Amino acid sequence: MGVRLAAEEGFQPPSTADFELPPVFADNPFTTKPVFLVFFSVILISTFFILASRKASVVPSKLQFAGESIYGFVRNDLARDVIGHEFMRFVPYLFTLFTFILTNNLFGIIPFLQFPTMSRVSFPYVLALFTFVIFHYVAIKHKGLMAYLKEIMFMPGVPKPVYVLLTPIEVATYFIVRPLTLSLRLFANMFAGHLLLLVFILGGEHLLQGAIGLKLVSPFAFAFGIALTFFEFMVQCLQAYIFTLLTALYIAGALADEH
Amino acid sequence: MSLISFNNWAAGEGANPLIPHTAELIVGFVAFSLLFLVLRSKVVPMFEKAFTARTEAIQGGMEKAERAQVEAERALAQYTTQLNEARGEAQKIREDARVQGAAIIEDLRTKAAEEAARITAAATAAIEAERQQAVTSLRNEVGALATELAGKIVGEALDDQVRQSRIVDRFIADLEKSK
Repeated sequence: MGVRLAAEEGFQPPSTADFELPPVFADNPFTTKPVFLVFFSVILISTFFILASRKASVVPSKLQFAGESIYGFVRNDLARDVIGHEFMRFVPYLFTLFTFILTNNLFGIIPFLQFPTMSRVSFPYVLALFTFVIFHYVAIKHKGLMAYLKEIMFMPGVPKPVYVLLTPIEVATYFIVRPLTLSLRLFANMFAGHLLLLVFILGGEHLLQGAIGLKLVSPFAFAFGIALTFFEFMVQCLQAYIFTLLTALYIAGALADEH
Repeated sequence: MSLISFNNWAAGEGANPLIPHTAELIVGFVAFSLLFLVLRSKVVPMFEKAFTARTEAIQGGMEKAERAQVEAERALAQYTTQLNEARGEAQKIREDARVQGAAIIEDLRTKAAEEAARITAAATAAIEAERQQAVTSLRNEVGALATELAGKIVGEALDDQVRQSRIVDRFIADLEKSK
C-alpha cells in the first residue's frame, strides 16, 4: 500500500486491487498471503485443539475448558439443537467449518496478519461446495434420489397450478441460491469489512500527511477505524456462526421426512 | 464463468473479486480437508470421551446418592419400628406390673383377713373353753360348798352322789332363773 501511495499523486481510495496480493516467491500462485494464512490457520487450530483435548478428562484444565467450550458450542447449540438425534455424524464437519471460518475471519483484525482470508472468494466457494455436496448427499441417501427430487420439484400439499411458479423457485433455491448465498454472504461481509477498515486507516494516514487542519481530523479517522475493528470482530464471529448454522439447517432439512 | 487464473494481479487494477483463483480453490480444498481429518481423528473423539466420562461420573454420583438415600430411609424406618416396639413393650411391662401389684395387694389383704379371722376364732374358742372350764369348776366348787353348807345347815349328809348332783343342778338353774 505504501508503495502505491508513494507512487501516485493524491489519495487513492482502497479498491478491489488491495485484495489481489502478489505471490511472495516469483510467480508461484501458492505463495500468496491468503494461502499462507489458510495453512497457518490449519496449523493453529489443529495445535490448539490437539493440546486442549490431548489429556481430556472429567475435570477439565483451563486449556481443555477453552477448547471444550468452543467444541461444546458447535456440538450442542448448533449440531444437536438443529439436526436432532443423528447430529453426531455431522459434528466433525460442523466443528471444522466453524473453527476454520472463525479463525480465518479473525485474521482480519489480528495485528500483523490483518487480512480476512474469507475475503478471497475462492475459500467461501470451496466451503459452500462442501456443504452443498454434503446436504444433497445426505438427502439422497436418506430419502432416495427420486423421492428427493420429487420433494424439491413438487412440494407436497400445494395446488397443482402453483407448481408453475414454485418448482423453478425451489430448484433454484436448492441448487443455486443456497450455495451462492452461503459463500457470497461470508465473502461480502469479510470483503466489505476489510475495505471499510482500509478506508479509515489509510484515510487517517493520508490526512496525517496533509495540511495542519487535516492532521487534526486524522485521529478521528483512526478512532473510527478502531471502533470499526471491534464491530468487525462481532461480524467475523457472527459470519462463522451463520455459515455453520445454515449448514446445520440444510442438513437437518435433508434428514427431515416432511418438507 | 471461467476460472481466471493467478495472472489477475498482473493486470494492475483489481479483477472481479467474485471470480475465484484456481490456486486458492486448491489450497482451500486441501487445507480444509486436512483440518477436517485432524479434528475428526484427534480432537472430536477425545472431547467425546471426556463428555461421556463426565456424564457417567455425574450419573454415577447421582445413583450413589440415591442409593445412600434409600439406605438411610430404610434405617430410619427400622429404627422407628424398633422404637415403637420398645415403647409398646415398656407399656406392656408397666401394665403387667400394675396388674401384678394389684393382685399381690389383694392376695395379702385376703390372707391378712383370713389370719385375723383365724386368730379371732381361736381366741373365741379359747375364751369359750376357759369359760366352760370356769363354769364347770365353779359349779363343782359352789356345789360342794353349797352342799357342805346345806349339809351343815340341814345336818344331814347328802352323800348320795346322784341326788347331790341333781340338787346342785336344780339349785344352779334356780340361781340362773332368778338372776
